[in-house]
Amino acid sequence: MEEEIKLMKGNEALAMAMIRYGADGYFGYPITPQSEVLETLMAQKPWETTGMVVLQAESEVASINMVYGGAASGKVVCTSSSSPGISLMQEGISYMAASELPALIINVMRGGPGLGTIQPSQADYFQATKGGGHGDYHLITLAPSSVQEMCDFVGLGWDLAFKYLTPAIILADGVVGQMMEKVVLPPQRKRLTDEEVRQRCPWAANGRKGMRKKNVITSLELDPSLMEVNNERFQRTYKKIEENEVRFESIGTEDCDYLIVAFGSLARISQKAVEMARKRGLKIGILRPITLWPFPKAEVARLSERVKGILVPELNAGQMIEDVRLAAGSGVRVEHFGRLGGIVPSPDEILDAFEKLFLGK
Amino acid sequence: MAKIRGAVVVNEERCKGCSLCVVACPTHTLALQPKEVNDRGYHYAYMADAPSCIGCASCALVCPDACIEVYKVRVD
Amino acid sequence: MDVNDIIKPENKVYGKPVLMNDNNMHYCPGCSHGVVHKLVAELLDEMGVAEKAVGIAPVGCAVFAYNYLDIDWVEAAHGRAPALATAISRLYPENLVFTYQGDGDLAAIGTCETIHAANRGENITIIFINNAIYGMTGGQMAPTTLIGMKTATTPYGRRVDLNGYPLAITDLLARLDGTCYVTRQSVHTPAAVRKAKAAIKKAFQNSLDKKGTSIVEIVSTCNSGWKMSPAAANDWMAEHMFEKYPLGDLKNV
Repeated sequence: MEEEIKLMKGNEALAMAMIRYGADGYFGYPITPQSEVLETLMAQKPWETTGMVVLQAESEVASINMVYGGAASGKVVCTSSSSPGISLMQEGISYMAASELPALIINVMRGGPGLGTIQPSQADYFQATKGGGHGDYHLITLAPSSVQEMCDFVGLGWDLAFKYLTPAIILADGVVGQMMEKVVLPPQRKRLTDEEVRQRCPWAANGRKGMRKKNVITSLELDPSLMEVNNERFQRTYKKIEENEVRFESIGTEDCDYLIVAFGSLARISQKAVEMARKRGLKIGILRPITLWPFPKAEVARLSERVKGILVPELNAGQMIEDVRLAAGSGVRVEHFGRLGGIVPSPDEILDAFEKLFLGK
Repeated sequence: MAKIRGAVVVNEERCKGCSLCVVACPTHTLALQPKEVNDRGYHYAYMADAPSCIGCASCALVCPDACIEVYKVRVD
Repeated sequence: MDVNDIIKPENKVYGKPVLMNDNNMHYCPGCSHGVVHKLVAELLDEMGVAEKAVGIAPVGCAVFAYNYLDIDWVEAAHGRAPALATAISRLYPENLVFTYQGDGDLAAIGTCETIHAANRGENITIIFINNAIYGMTGGQMAPTTLIGMKTATTPYGRRVDLNGYPLAITDLLARLDGTCYVTRQSVHTPAAVRKAKAAIKKAFQNSLDKKGTSIVEIVSTCNSGWKMSPAAANDWMAEHMFEKYPLGDLKNV
């Protein structure tokens, strides 16, 4: 299959991207607003074309543990869900982080806490970027703000997960999942043969072919001195990721007097707000973190020395703002603007909030 | 008449002295060491009555720690 | 004839299976786990499938199964072994994938994954050690604990009004269309060990032949948890456990 231009929903793009990036398996459970992922995969029947396994599991708990099994065997696997389902998966994600396994998890966030709402939200920022489950770990956290990025980050997520042997998460929201846009689907990436999997992942538990040394995937280590060694190794990996994999997009940050730091759908909406502001003579730039972990601390620090104030609009009560404040230091005012419970603000609202907070209007 | 003779070798360090082999032995060949213990403090199993062994492997079958090897010969 | 004339390589009829290594197992003396480990190791070797075997270890006493049998293993989250096995079996259809689970792992926290994997008819073998108690955590009640049985969390005996009934989950699994072979065995006598081995062999063969899910329950002892000697625990099991958990095939398609 060649590169192809299509009009589709973000959730559909996720599914198409999985097939085209050569996924071996998807295991998921329906939940609004991301059910189109599994629906699209079942309609595409990739098991007849690429040989990809697609399975509707009995729960999110089962899905993530199927992903754990698949990742442990060296295969390219993923799952997707929305906030309550991702909460259910945290134990399995922690096991995968501790077992140093590559896997991709996708959260198309909805408003919480609890069963909450099915409308868009960004309230799982803490959960995704600070670990989420038990123990000291991080997930490489990618925040798409377009349907194209929904597609691209599937490939990027797996590439990073296999490069560092740790799970990655795409932290999208209901807006990006449900909106339709033009998307360039990549050419079909060939799935690895079992032999190629064995070469790429000599550590994988998939049978002692040729009676090689046995492979055991486990997160258990009762000896605390050895468990400390394991943890130190995880931290070294995280440090390497922080050094090498920070990604962000800057819009008009070189001449700006004020800065908006926003991710995902809110970066898109903020972009419109910034255009409106520039027409009024207000120079606002946008820093859009693409990797929420590792967070673009250095860029926030650099810009914070120049700007008069930073606004952090989020679909939550103030989560990413904590990382912005930590990076910005004390010399600059950092303010939050949030809508909760599934409400998505308009560009006007963001601009109004900015003017009220920073210009006293 | 042909006669079956058997013998067992107990991995004394692996044995935990659970006595299940002693119970399973149909010829009362095996017993636990009354005084001797291995490095881990277990009274390990041994052939208390070696000539009676018929090499039936009952002891080895029920041994949870796979510490019994069984040998068998036919004596004409 | 001297014993040393008998103990010669050519006369050896039984020994430690090649796939079981020299690590001393952490199990208590007389624990049934060791016997079942041994049978699994013997069969994987005898059936010539060590190269394509992947075992899924549980949480519970058998969590360290991977330290003793020299095949590939994944250590699952508590109760989730059938979910891991599902994925590996589907991603490597030619592999022999089996789970090894205790009564808490399979019949309490992992009931959902167990039933659904079996109901989908995953081509896996589930080896289920039912000793009616939680061994690893120190002898608490299991879903399979018998009425009246004393455990750390039923110190006056299991009471129906407080704790409900013992769960014969294998009977339930036998009724699912996805299972092809469901059997209940034990390993307390040489004859029982031979039967259990034949059962596990059949289960493994079914998985290789992609016939659906096979479940081999081993009614077992936990002499430490039961606070008995290993021999007394075997007798107690035969006297009390087999009534609720009768041995034999429940389903053989």
